[in-house]
Amino acid sequence: MTVTLVLVVLMMAAFAGWLFRQSFNVRPWVAASARGQLPAPIPPSVTAPRVGLGVLLAVVTSVFALTVSAYLMRREMGADWQSPPLPGLLWGNTLALALASLALQVAWQAARRGATRRLHQALAVGGGLTLAFLVGQLVVWRQLEAAGYYLSSNPANAFFYLLTALHAAHLLGGLVAWGRVLARLHGGAGALRQRAGVELCALYWHFLLLVWALVFGLMLSS
Amino acid sequence: MGEREYDASSYAPPAEVEEMELPHPKGFFGKYVWSQDAKVIAVQYGLTATAIGLVALVLSLLMRLQLGFPNSLSLIDPGSYLQYVTMHGMIMVVYLLTAIFLGGFGNYLIPLMCGARDMVFPYLNMLSYWIYLASVLILVAGFFVAGGSTGAGWTLYPPQAISPGTPGVDTGIVLMLVSLAVFIVGFTMGGLNYVVTVLQARTRGMTLMRLPLTVWGIFMATVMALLAFPALFVAVLMMLMDRLIGTSFFMPEMLSMGESSDHRGGSPLLFQHLFWFFGHPEVYIVALPAFGIVSDLIATHARKNIFGYRMMVWAIIIIGALSFVVWAHHMYVSGMSPYFGFLFATTTLIIAVPTAIKVYNWVLTLWRGNIRLTLPMLFAIGFLFTFVNGGLSGLFLGNVTVDVPLSDTYFVVGHFHMVMAVAPILVIFGAIYHWYPKITGRMLDETLGKVHFWITFLGTYVIYYPMHFMGLEGVPRRYYAYGETTFISDSVQSLNAVITVAAFIVALAQLLFLFNLAWSYFRGREAGSNPWQATTLEWQTPHTPPRHGNFGKALPIVYRWPYDYSVPGVKQDFIPQNVPPEAVERESDTRRGGER
Repeated sequence: MTVTLVLVVLMMAAFAGWLFRQSFNVRPWVAASARGQLPAPIPPSVTAPRVGLGVLLAVVTSVFALTVSAYLMRREMGADWQSPPLPGLLWGNTLALALASLALQVAWQAARRGATRRLHQALAVGGGLTLAFLVGQLVVWRQLEAAGYYLSSNPANAFFYLLTALHAAHLLGGLVAWGRVLARLHGGAGALRQRAGVELCALYWHFLLLVWALVFGLMLSS
Repeated sequence: MGEREYDASSYAPPAEVEEMELPHPKGFFGKYVWSQDAKVIAVQYGLTATAIGLVALVLSLLMRLQLGFPNSLSLIDPGSYLQYVTMHGMIMVVYLLTAIFLGGFGNYLIPLMCGARDMVFPYLNMLSYWIYLASVLILVAGFFVAGGSTGAGWTLYPPQAISPGTPGVDTGIVLMLVSLAVFIVGFTMGGLNYVVTVLQARTRGMTLMRLPLTVWGIFMATVMALLAFPALFVAVLMMLMDRLIGTSFFMPEMLSMGESSDHRGGSPLLFQHLFWFFGHPEVYIVALPAFGIVSDLIATHARKNIFGYRMMVWAIIIIGALSFVVWAHHMYVSGMSPYFGFLFATTTLIIAVPTAIKVYNWVLTLWRGNIRLTLPMLFAIGFLFTFVNGGLSGLFLGNVTVDVPLSDTYFVVGHFHMVMAVAPILVIFGAIYHWYPKITGRMLDETLGKVHFWITFLGTYVIYYPMHFMGLEGVPRRYYAYGETTFISDSVQSLNAVITVAAFIVALAQLLFLFNLAWSYFRGREAGSNPWQATTLEWQTPHTPPRHGNFGKALPIVYRWPYDYSVPGVKQDFIPQNVPPEAVERESDTRRGGER
């Protein structure tokens, strides 16, 4: 649970620090004068969807941190732990996901500059590469199964399948959002709405790339 | 809002409000069924939670019947008794308390109290309710499948939960696990809304330190739930895999009838860590909204500002943070290093400090207040007593050496029900009596309410107080029948009969409450917009009940904190949050000066 605790403490500390600045030296019982200054409004860059994504990422962080905690705890527990071999294809998949993330970053930049053609291309490439990653993961599962590393034969295998499946499920959810952004582009939504959708996708993909890198690294190390 | 209407917009530029960008509902279905209005979703959450809570109440009565008058009802056998225990616990903790505090009161009060038109993601909010409803239906389906619902206990400990011999091991446990996973998905959608609405959609002037404590409690509870529910989610997924596709996350190798099981190498302890990493914050997920609501009830009905507002806010935050590092105190009897136990006993006792601060502050708020013994106030005071009584026995159980002998006895049942069942339920009742006039426009009947209060408050003491003594005598919990047991004295059986009779009386009193809800909806006294003369924004809406969009054309502007009651030198004994200092009526013009 140490991993989870550290992350939860970090998230809580960031939250408490921010809160402290809001409440430090504030005297809530003093009423503001109408002619005086109203408190500063929220900066326009802090939009509700962005904050919403941030909160969602905190939840997803918690999900993966807890699974990884369970992984580490179980690994320490018994001598029966036998990590499965990691097929070489995983490196290819990692590359595909990294490129997908990059493509979405390009799409975001294009949306910011109003380069519509580029935006469409980059978005399509990003989605395609993500699909390639998912298919690749499926092939890895098949390869492991063919080599006799079944889900139920060792806890290490079970954790491998669980972590990859959880990660893939989050990407699939991302693809649903990606599909909606695509529909929005073709439905002729305004530039602002387009950009808002693309940026959320890009950030979510970067996050899942980071999660995958950590999970993959963890499995490589054991 | 009392005698005078103030036009806040004349004191500051009006909040630019274009024709609402909210999806306007069409027709009956759009308004009341597929609604994206947080207020309607709140009522939907509340009604669904109440309905499933009544099911759990009936289950508890069946258990009490067996304990008080053994074998009087042939339909209760040892297996079904365990199913009742399990379903009663899980429904009450997750599907009633969590859902009604966050989904019910959260949805209704957050936008209104923050001065927002609605939640920031209304569609997601609607989805959240329907997914919650689906999870409830999946849970209820467990009663009707072959083998019935699971009887694994509400903690669902493996290996027992998915081993042959436990009731409902075929389908019941699967439905329970799926239902929990679905609930968590639905809750996450709602939770995102609550957090982002508090952070982003507060009206102008509504700084964090001017938020009512109700919003603080619900906000912090949601933050905790968003971080803690994933632990249950992961545990549920892993147990589902163990049950359905033969993995061994939690299932060790077991010998049964000389044959070894298919599972090998799983760790039941791993489940306990995951479960309680969710389970302990869950206690505070339920308690913090109750803390927040009760603060507002006490301040409003004692006509006094809350004592130590900033302390209250920080106590909420500190309790929330600490609740993540106490989970292993539920596992003292699972065996652990003494140092580990010592650490968790220490954190457990530390958490009593901010909690005690809150209790002192409530009492100090009452001190020399102009206490109006309205129904919400009665329930709030009832909460104070019950929470202190329940909390004190928690100090005993937090210590390893005391917990180990008491852990499997009725002492825990008594403690837990006082602090986590009765205390929050009293707050829920108080809150319903307090906000019902805003939700429906009519007051609840006072006499019926008083009868309801006294039977519930005194009745629960008759039910749970004796359990502490039974626990000290070593009467084990979770047992269907005690048979011939030397260490249990005969009087325990008569005590059990008394408890059962009391439980039935208290349950009947709840029917009175339900009748009151229905009757007052049609026949109750008209409430007006601000019957309690409260300061918070939900009482300042132009319409009661508030319409879609909450505040009419212009959003309110907030000038003050929500606790300006009995301000010296001011004519009225309350100043609503949206009244600027320039518009406050002073007692005499000669004494005009600073506000204080």
